[in-house]
Amino acid sequence: MSIADDKEAGAGWLAIFLGLALIVLAVAVALAAAIGDYSIGVGTVFLAVTNGLGLTAADIPPIEQSVVWDLRLSRALVAALAGAGLAICGAILQALLRNALAEPFVLGVSAGASTGAVAVIVLGIGAGSVSLSMGAFAGAFAAFAMVALLSNGATSGPNHTILAGVAASQLFNALTSYIVTTSGNAQQARDVMFWLLGSFGGVRWPDFQLLVVVVFVGLAICLLMSRSLDAFTFGDEDAAALGVPVARIRLILFGVTAMITATIVSMVGTIGFVGLVVPHAARYVVGPMHLRLLPACAAVGAIFLVLADIASRVVAEQQTIPIGVVTAMVGVPFFAIILYRARPQQ
Amino acid sequence: MSISAHNLVWGVRHKTIVADVSLSVAPGETLGLIGPNGSGKSSLLRLLAGLKQPLSGRVEILGQDIARVPRRTLARQVAFVQQNAATDTNVSVRDVVRLGRTPHRSALSGWSAADEAVVSAALERVDMTGHRAQAWQTLSGGERQRVHIARALAQSPQVMFLDEPTNHLDIHHQIEILRMVRDLDLTSIVALHDLNLAAMFCDRIVVLKAGAVVDCGTPDAVLTETLLRDVFRVNAEVCAGPIPCQTHIRFKAA
Ligand SMILES: Nc1ncnc2c1ncn2[C@@H]1O[C@H](COP(=O)(O)OP(=O)(O)O)[C@@H](O)[C@H]1O
Ligand SMILES: [Mg+2]
Repeated sequence: MSIADDKEAGAGWLAIFLGLALIVLAVAVALAAAIGDYSIGVGTVFLAVTNGLGLTAADIPPIEQSVVWDLRLSRALVAALAGAGLAICGAILQALLRNALAEPFVLGVSAGASTGAVAVIVLGIGAGSVSLSMGAFAGAFAAFAMVALLSNGATSGPNHTILAGVAASQLFNALTSYIVTTSGNAQQARDVMFWLLGSFGGVRWPDFQLLVVVVFVGLAICLLMSRSLDAFTFGDEDAAALGVPVARIRLILFGVTAMITATIVSMVGTIGFVGLVVPHAARYVVGPMHLRLLPACAAVGAIFLVLADIASRVVAEQQTIPIGVVTAMVGVPFFAIILYRARPQQ
Repeated sequence: MSISAHNLVWGVRHKTIVADVSLSVAPGETLGLIGPNGSGKSSLLRLLAGLKQPLSGRVEILGQDIARVPRRTLARQVAFVQQNAATDTNVSVRDVVRLGRTPHRSALSGWSAADEAVVSAALERVDMTGHRAQAWQTLSGGERQRVHIARALAQSPQVMFLDEPTNHLDIHHQIEILRMVRDLDLTSIVALHDLNLAAMFCDRIVVLKAGAVVDCGTPDAVLTETLLRDVFRVNAEVCAGPIPCQTHIRFKAA
């Protein structure tokens, strides 16, 4: 049972939760902009941000202005959006596939993305005109198209769709391995591995601008369909009996999650764990109904990835640990607590 | 007519499961659907509720061809209580019953006092008000069944289909639920296994065998010793009660 269950005034509870989450997120982003190899005071960070927004013209060292605004802030905000997007996708797929283990990558999107990326890095497809991100995006959509085809546009039931995802993942993972082992050199293989585990290293403002649109439009569509998502609680046929146009809703929502996931993967690689675990944590706090669950997932996912990114930069001196490693190391203990507290009472 | 089906046929490869079924139900009538396991009761109910498309034939509910009515419009008029609906999601009883309001709410409309009143009344009708905050997972089989009936009531339907709604229920609630269905101001078709309950609470009974309608009529006209032997393969003694609808069936061991 979730904490919010006995609260008749559910909306008030959610507003408080989201308000708190936004404050925590702001603090986390500020910390992310202050912490690093070159540490900068919080006051300077604040001024650099207001300078960047054109609100002030404070006199701070250009190097600090540049580090905060051009590097760290964009990176922190992309991390926040990626966390939000992955958590939303996880929640939606868990509902549509009626499977607690569903996460953004079950539909083969990450496997497809890595094949696309490898094709660009190792095979040099596109001869420099195609970026790694574009390759990854194309691969992700190819995998999703295969899953959609194998599951009749995702209308043949949850387990069938999951199996189609497994098939696509296996195929594209095999393709990736084949390309890496036959034509890659050791350095390229290492690059690919690193990229696969996720990294916020290269992100800049243009990434943020694209992602903010994709995630917010995606969230808006999902929120509009949240009532229909709730109706899937007892299965597809039951949703139909409640008046939900099942096939259409499934296809739209699978498309939205594929779009969000593919965009994120093509920018920052495959960041696991967030999409699987954040929805469970959020459900524990705000309950399973999606109008409340989705905003809560977005907030918690955003905070989680910003903190994980900070951790990935400070844990090892002069080295950046892949973000996927950190999400698992930070997330598992936290999730263990939730699992323990939410265990069924025998 | 509230519900009328014309020559419904449905099947899977090499097998006809519903064979040319036609029937009609008057407004306010409670129609019992009986037949042995696998005779096609659930399949027929799904066709009637528009959850499956027939291979041929058509269904009219409240004068509209259901194949042409949008799902949401249909769900405001027709509720369906499944035989065994289950979920792994941790939902409360209130959440489940609230789902019944889905077809009446637009994407952005809030939860209104009217919605809340309908949900409370539905919970009250099935005697589950005291369980409203309980987790659905922790309910007994019979309580789950009652919650699903409450959810169907929350749809404020004019037509209700119930697939073996009395399974898992204790005898008190079997009688309560069927009495409620009969007394509610709506048209209903109920698949039932208990022939005595069917005799007590249904205005008319349709008997299915291998997907086809074998007989249709009032309980005392339909439930004869010959029919029970032919369709259900049991020997039984049918006693007509002193008042109508008191037909009673006593099964014999041999
Ligand atoms: N999708 C299906 N594929 C194959 N056989 C089916 C399918 N649905 C139902 N059946 C078969 O059709 C018959 C009728 O099923 P059903 O309508 O559930 O019967 P009832 O509810 O009367 O017990 C059964 O023999 C069942 O095995
Ligand atoms: Mg059945």
